[in-house]
Amino acid sequence: MTVTMTQRGSAPCHWLIEGEMTIYTALQLKDALLAPLDQCADLEIDLAGVTEIDSAGLQLLILGKNVLLSGHSPAVLEVLDLCKLEGFFGDPVLVKSREYPHES
Amino acid sequence: MNLDAALQTFIAESRELLQNMEQALLRIEQTPDDTDTLNAIFRAAHTIKGSAGLFGLDDIVAFTHVAESVLDRVRSGQQAVDGELVAVLLASADHMTELVDSVANESALAPDVRQTGQSLMDRLRVYLGEVGTPPAVAAKLPAQYHMPHTAEGGGQVETDLWHISLRFGPDVLRNGMDPLSFIRYLGTLGDIHHIVTVFDGMPAAAAMDPESCYLGFEISFKSSADKTAIESVFDFVSDDCQIRILPPRSKITEYLLFIADMPGEELRLGEMLVRCGTLTASELQTGLAMQHAEGTEPPRPIGQVLADAQLAPSPVIAAALEKQRQVKESRSNEAHLIRVDADKLDQLINLVGELIIAGAGTTLIAQRTGASDLLEATATLSRLVEQVRDSALTLRMVQIGATFNRFQRVVRDVSKELGKDIDLVISGAETELDKTVVERIGDPLTHLVRNSMDHGIESAEVRLARGKPAKGTLKLNAYHDAGSIVIEVSDDGGGLNKERILQKATERGLVSEGATLSDQEIYNLIFEPGFSTAEVISNLSGRGVGMDVVRRNIEALRGTVDLDSSPGLGSTVRIRLPLTLAIIDGFLVGVGNAVYVIPLDMVVECIELSAADRDASDRRYLNLRGEVLPYRRLREHFEVPGPLPRRENIVVVRYGQLKVGLVVDKLMGEFQTVIKPLGKVFSQIKGVGGFTILGSGEVALILDVPGLMNQVVSSAEIQGSSSNRLPA
Repeated sequence: MTVTMTQRGSAPCHWLIEGEMTIYTALQLKDALLAPLDQCADLEIDLAGVTEIDSAGLQLLILGKNVLLSGHSPAVLEVLDLCKLEGFFGDPVLVKSREYPHES
Repeated sequence: MNLDAALQTFIAESRELLQNMEQALLRIEQTPDDTDTLNAIFRAAHTIKGSAGLFGLDDIVAFTHVAESVLDRVRSGQQAVDGELVAVLLASADHMTELVDSVANESALAPDVRQTGQSLMDRLRVYLGEVGTPPAVAAKLPAQYHMPHTAEGGGQVETDLWHISLRFGPDVLRNGMDPLSFIRYLGTLGDIHHIVTVFDGMPAAAAMDPESCYLGFEISFKSSADKTAIESVFDFVSDDCQIRILPPRSKITEYLLFIADMPGEELRLGEMLVRCGTLTASELQTGLAMQHAEGTEPPRPIGQVLADAQLAPSPVIAAALEKQRQVKESRSNEAHLIRVDADKLDQLINLVGELIIAGAGTTLIAQRTGASDLLEATATLSRLVEQVRDSALTLRMVQIGATFNRFQRVVRDVSKELGKDIDLVISGAETELDKTVVERIGDPLTHLVRNSMDHGIESAEVRLARGKPAKGTLKLNAYHDAGSIVIEVSDDGGGLNKERILQKATERGLVSEGATLSDQEIYNLIFEPGFSTAEVISNLSGRGVGMDVVRRNIEALRGTVDLDSSPGLGSTVRIRLPLTLAIIDGFLVGVGNAVYVIPLDMVVECIELSAADRDASDRRYLNLRGEVLPYRRLREHFEVPGPLPRRENIVVVRYGQLKVGLVVDKLMGEFQTVIKPLGKVFSQIKGVGGFTILGSGEVALILDVPGLMNQVVSSAEIQGSSSNRLPA
């Protein structure tokens, strides 16, 4: 039940989230997010280390809408797919094998 | 016949739907504003089209589509209902029946049927005019069109998707629930077609509480689950979450209601519905245009329309909910019915019959052994068998209403044909009788109804001249009476002309010159075969055409028919039929060594034949509490040998208005009787209706009480002292 948000290398606007983005860590994570969110115009967050994400975590991602997300972990992808929010974030994500009916 | 089962079901259902549609069309002619009926008609056409499409029955689809389009316009208030339209639609329903029949017979369409279809389609298209797409239609909506609170107006939307709208409360996450898991679970019930995540309520980063939930979802969902099942997905959060579920094919107005119910989100919500694929863009437009149509000058902002609508949201929603509940109920009612092959039912009844006979045998043996525990067991057994018998028989019982309702159409058509204005009044439609009887009563009834309309009810001018309302009334009535069902066909026409009937009957040698007949007897002469010639029709203003055929048909069902008439006021034909053709409660009586069964329903009472009456036994009647009761000894009637017993009993039986006494030696109690028909050889024996097998294996004859009565009464009359005039 931990989450860490660390700066990747020396780049000030490239962060890495590792652990779970859930209701248990949401408060902590939001505080951690706010600081770089204010400072960086083009914040990039790597989600490769996210092991679990729930609605609370999703809300935080939505909160940082303008953040460039990358390296989505399977857990993140599953949730984005469930909520059909890939388009909303506009980040390059892997195309899933499952096809969805297009609205016509 | 190599049609698969599904197609058979389609055919059966379509026929039923078409019958309902016909009924509804006839109703709608009287009450054009009845939206329920309109919807029923539309649904019938819609369902037939849909199912026919599944089977690739293009003829039916093509034709029904046109009819459905017209009905849709009627339903949305763009086309008024008038006699003309109903006539076309009735003809269309007929044509659809023909189409379905041709599918059932696997025969190709006859060219003339095709022709009829074409011309009907042309006539229907007139009503469609140029109007094609819903948005264009919406613009032409009449100004007074308003959004009905019962959510009736507006077409159905095209998609077959559920729409689920969720707005989770702020505490959901804190309460340990994850909205996403509900959606995952929902996914197990069907296919989430599309989902729009809503987070409009989320405040700016600084104010946002990461432990509060700000999420909502608009989901279009494809599933065969019912609403309860879908609702139950959200049971755990129902307190904490606004949930709205719109079933597939809800009306546009319902979506509008739904939109209206979401303050501050109306525009986005509309968009979302479209994005979800629940509504098409044009449907949304139609819906919104409908709302504008209600407004005054320039279209008000939707927000305002909706804000106004907020004034009374709860009754509106209540109405919508009520509507949904009804739909759900009627669906669950349908689910309670199953179709069963009639042959299977017959087989069941046969087996029950055998069971009764076998049970009676067991009881008899138990009685003989006298073992009390065995007696007790057989008593329980026979009670159960009796219950099984009753429920098996009720399976075959159907209400006569469906048969009666068919006459709405007959009356409508025939009265148009004759140029008379005639109302059909139906009562006792819920009276039940055996299915086989219902099936075979249709033809005689049709004949009687047509006859009454044709010859009984006078033309409007004559009626007015006689001081009667111009509109004639024909009544169909049914009720239960003494173990039989009585069906009455009555009219308020001119009644029968007694003198002419008597004169005709004398001419034809049916009645001897100078015979004195009661009114009843005279009227019933029209059921004699001699009266069914064309010549008589014109002379007798036509009453009596084929009446002998009617009587034969009814007698074949072990029934009777008679007629009442009062000059100038109308006439009533009364058909009396046994409730069932298979099993009855019987009353066993013994004469000498022979055993007879009297249908228990006809038995009124049993009394001892007093010594005084026995002494005066050349007399054929006795004084039953001041009433003249003709009686007859079964011993004499069936020529049973042997000396008279010391005591005799009278069983008083009643049939219709008549009571007679049958003198027997022994009263042996009730007995469940399985009626077995007598062979052809015995068809001439009067007074015996069939036989049954007793528990002991002996054969007992079942008395045909009506037949027996006639003989008793006539022999009593020959004696000359009865004032009790009776119909022949």
